[in-house]
Amino acid sequence: MNNKVFSNILRLIILVALQVLIFNNVNFSGYINPYIYVIFILMLPFEIPGWLLLVTAFFAGLMIDVFSNTMGMHAAASVFMAFCRPGIIRALSAGKENDSDFRPNVNDMGLYRFILYALILVSIHHMIYFYIETFRLGEFFRTFFRAVLSILFTTLIVVLSQYAFSKSKVK
Amino acid sequence: MRNLIIFIGKHHFVLLFITLEIISCSLIINNSYYQQLVFLNATNEMTGKVNNTISNITGYFHLKETNKQLAEENARLRSSVVSSFIKTSDSVFIINDTLYRQQYRYVEAKVIKNSYNKRNNYLMLNKGSDQGVKKEMAVITSNGIVGIVNEVSKNFSSVMSVLHKDTKISAMIRKNKYKGTIVWNESDYKTGNLIDIEPHVKFVKGDTVVTSGNSHIFPEGIFIGTIKSYSIKPGDNFYCIKINFSTDFNRVEYVYIVKNFYKEEQLKLLNTQKNEQ
Repeated sequence: MNNKVFSNILRLIILVALQVLIFNNVNFSGYINPYIYVIFILMLPFEIPGWLLLVTAFFAGLMIDVFSNTMGMHAAASVFMAFCRPGIIRALSAGKENDSDFRPNVNDMGLYRFILYALILVSIHHMIYFYIETFRLGEFFRTFFRAVLSILFTTLIVVLSQYAFSKSKVK
Repeated sequence: MRNLIIFIGKHHFVLLFITLEIISCSLIINNSYYQQLVFLNATNEMTGKVNNTISNITGYFHLKETNKQLAEENARLRSSVVSSFIKTSDSVFIINDTLYRQQYRYVEAKVIKNSYNKRNNYLMLNKGSDQGVKKEMAVITSNGIVGIVNEVSKNFSSVMSVLHKDTKISAMIRKNKYKGTIVWNESDYKTGNLIDIEPHVKFVKGDTVVTSGNSHIFPEGIFIGTIKSYSIKPGDNFYCIKINFSTDFNRVEYVYIVKNFYKEEQLKLLNTQKNEQ
């Protein structure tokens, strides 16, 4: 248990550092701003209680907010994403989520399910974040375009990071 | 009472979600309008130090470019000082200094964090209230305008860039002095918009746009950019003008903070005017 808490805290610190130091400066053609810290929320274990999920998501978002001068915006998007997570997991994992050995990663979920899981949650997060940031209906389609490009890029990084860092299980 | 506790216990997930969203929304709103939260200033100091360290490291990569810019500016300023002009008349003249009173003073500062790819962009500078920076001071580079100081901590200040949906800067077309407003509705950090120019005004592509000096923030005649294209929609009373910014927001590194010595006086007059209406 302690091991799990520790590894999640470590993951949060590394992801926030990566986001603030590198990915906040990434800008392809003025449209793509990936927010990779959402990996933290995606990778939290399935058996985490609901309230803890919301609170950790809130603080993860708040940490990014403090460093990128967008007070509250990332926090709002992250909390909403965390709120949607249990429902999406229930729909995708077909009853296996109560297994203590079943974790949210490519090995346990399978590539197809994991991509779907990441894509849906990243879309929720990015759509909310980009629309809160713009806060203007007049720029609806431009914001939509920006959000979609960033969603695809973030999802790509999420899936690649799975292969780069997850320990492959011996079967 | 018991039923209430049972209700909270049953729906704690949704209730907690709503509470956290309300907290985030109040943070967003407070930050956009008041920005005077004490804890925000404290965190600003902390993040300021982190950003300062990062910019100290990355600053080395641009040393050559920055040096070139500074040298160019030095050359331009040197050629405009009195000693570089030859006296054309032999008659004695006196420069009476009391005729001129200094209205603006420039303080140089280094950009330690810069963003230009979001809808609302901010910069962070390494000068703060200890160095005399206050809210609503103008920030410019040798090439053109950058933004307005919107938040100050002890040693750092945050600048609302021109690339922000709420920034409005009074501007004019230099050759005929017609006034308009600079806003940023583009997705591209190189172009901006000049609005409120009436259809009878004559101008061509490439005309220079400068600050008008109508506000108490920017001095008159600071470069903003050149006109890139213009159009007028049927039934509209104003031109829709796109301009190329002369500032390269991608690589602003050293900026000047402009202090207006007569700002209080101007503001006071403005306020009495408002009260009379």
